[in-house]
Amino acid sequence: MSTTDPLGEIFASTRRSRPEPSWIERVPLPVWIVGFVALIMPLIANNFWLFQVFGWTFILGMIALSLMFLAGYGGMVSLIQMSVAGMAGYGVAILGTSGMGDLSLGWPWWLYIPVAIIIAAIFGTIVGALAVRTEGIYTIMITLAIASAFFYFTRQNYEIFNGYSGFNLVVPPRLFGVDWRRPIPFYYLTLGCAVLSYLAVVYVSRSPFGLALQGVRDGPRRMAALGYNVTAHRIAAYTFASVIAAVGGILLVWQNSQVSPGTVGIPAVIDILVIAVVGGLRRPIGPFIGALIYVLLRTFSPDILLGFGLSGERFKTLIGMGFLLIVFFSPDGVLGLWDRWRERQRRKRDPLRDGGKR
Amino acid sequence: MQEFIQRRPIWSGIIALALAVFLWLVLAPWSPEMEAVMGRKRVFLNAVFGGVTLGALYFLVAAGFTLIFGLMRNVNLAHGSLYLLGGYLGFEISERTGSWLLAFPIVFVLVGLVGIILQNQVFRRMEGEELRQTMVTIGISVVLADLMLWTWGGQSYTIMTPDWLSGPAELPIISGTNRDGETVFLRYPAVRIAILIAAIVIGVLMWLILNKSRLGMLIRAGVDDRDMLAASGIRIQWVFLAVFAFGAGLAGIGGIIGGTFQSLSPGEDTRFLLASLVVVIVGGMGSIPGAAIGAVLIGLSEQLGLVYAPTYSVVFTFLIMVAVLAFRPQGLLGRTR
Repeated sequence: MSTTDPLGEIFASTRRSRPEPSWIERVPLPVWIVGFVALIMPLIANNFWLFQVFGWTFILGMIALSLMFLAGYGGMVSLIQMSVAGMAGYGVAILGTSGMGDLSLGWPWWLYIPVAIIIAAIFGTIVGALAVRTEGIYTIMITLAIASAFFYFTRQNYEIFNGYSGFNLVVPPRLFGVDWRRPIPFYYLTLGCAVLSYLAVVYVSRSPFGLALQGVRDGPRRMAALGYNVTAHRIAAYTFASVIAAVGGILLVWQNSQVSPGTVGIPAVIDILVIAVVGGLRRPIGPFIGALIYVLLRTFSPDILLGFGLSGERFKTLIGMGFLLIVFFSPDGVLGLWDRWRERQRRKRDPLRDGGKR
Repeated sequence: MQEFIQRRPIWSGIIALALAVFLWLVLAPWSPEMEAVMGRKRVFLNAVFGGVTLGALYFLVAAGFTLIFGLMRNVNLAHGSLYLLGGYLGFEISERTGSWLLAFPIVFVLVGLVGIILQNQVFRRMEGEELRQTMVTIGISVVLADLMLWTWGGQSYTIMTPDWLSGPAELPIISGTNRDGETVFLRYPAVRIAILIAAIVIGVLMWLILNKSRLGMLIRAGVDDRDMLAASGIRIQWVFLAVFAFGAGLAGIGGIIGGTFQSLSPGEDTRFLLASLVVVIVGGMGSIPGAAIGAVLIGLSEQLGLVYAPTYSVVFTFLIMVAVLAFRPQGLLGRTR
């Protein structure tokens, strides 16, 4: 790195090496802009957008983020994440308070939230321990089968999960005198959780554990030969992803104020996969982009379809078609499209590279 | 078989014993003490027969899935959609023509054509990319499910059983004694027996074709080493197309059968996709006898579970899968690759 600034050159020569830029300087400009817009969003958007669009985006983004972590860094496409999230949601409904009176235990919030997350993490870890015995496509099949078993179980079991109807009136606790289900507090709550889990994934991906996990993804046998416990790393990845999914699941239940077998049904499970894949499985920001696209499509596709003179109920076809097109033409999602576009722009501008033809 | 017995004498002993006990439970008349513990024999027999029939249906659907996977490594998660599509088409045909039997060949050909399109247009474009195939077929199944919902609506359909198959048939199996002390034989819907026999016949035919014919030789060679088969001058893409069409057609026929003795409604596609997934996970990928064993196991556990522990019947299925995964990750009859 050379600077044209003479003063800078003097500085560089006297100190030989420039000091490491502090972490604030390393954050690129677009991130600042996005962060600023996200913070002042309540000034711009109305309650519907805050609660329904952005709140839902962050929640789905978190659940899809946990899938992205497993798939992107661990090479394991797990379809169990929605079930883990649903487990945490059920945990909150069963341990805390709900409209179902006797079925809920009515614990205080500082107890039931951690316990719900821990239960979900244990569930995710057990499933992970089963799933890591297999590889690639088998993992998808097994997690899908377990997810569906969980769905049918919640639907048939009335003692714990209250069967078909599930739990309603599951609301966040009133903390610090704030009703967290009001649009603005809920927006900041989901935003905060989403940012935290995003940062956690970024941090873990650069930690020794994350690097070892990526090593396991690329060459399990070599990592095993180097003395790493491949299975333990994979299972630990499931545990970490389960915690993120669990937080997302609790928020999801609070947003809908209810949880039922439909929350963890096969369509919901597939939706999480669609979101993660459409966004892109390479980087942690992908799932949030995918979630925003999904939520926008889901919210406004009836209007779009009606605009084209079609029935508004066919939004699933629209979403499925969009998913198909993206998977067909860009297996790494919207982020992949963006990367390729950037790459092409860069090459066009580069005069040293064969006139930019390559 | 002999090799297995020699290698694992204890396991074969346990399996033989379990089979013997099961057969005795089915065939022998139950004493009053036993009825006190296990309930009426009729209930048990009905659950067993229901389970075996359901297993036959699962086998028809899962056999295509496992064959396609074993030969081509193609993961067709739209298999359940093919099942439901076959069912709806069968319903339309049998309603219009009034012939139940006529629906089978027509649906087989139609759904087989859909399978050919899938193989030729989707899977050949992404050969070897299992993950992408999975995603694409999930997308296809979402779109197909919505289009079928559009065409046939949300209500459930049942395909009418033809007259000559409706009503019960008496089986030479004792279900109990009536008040006068006479033995009563099991009565079971004739159409289910027909389904069971048809599934067995199809299974045996498949086994014969796979093991005794030239085509079967090609398919088995393809399963073992695709590249070598292609190198020895076989037009492997034709074999692929044939197998894919056959598997898809089988799923379509499964749809008619499922629509006859259960019902067709949105959501059945995922149910049968998952059933085939579990069946092939339990039985072993790419193995037809494995699919048969897995299907019967899963069907039996589902039906017996429904009778004896209604809340936990799904959990039994799941437990079987977990046990198989824990002790034999490649499936009961699967081979490690």
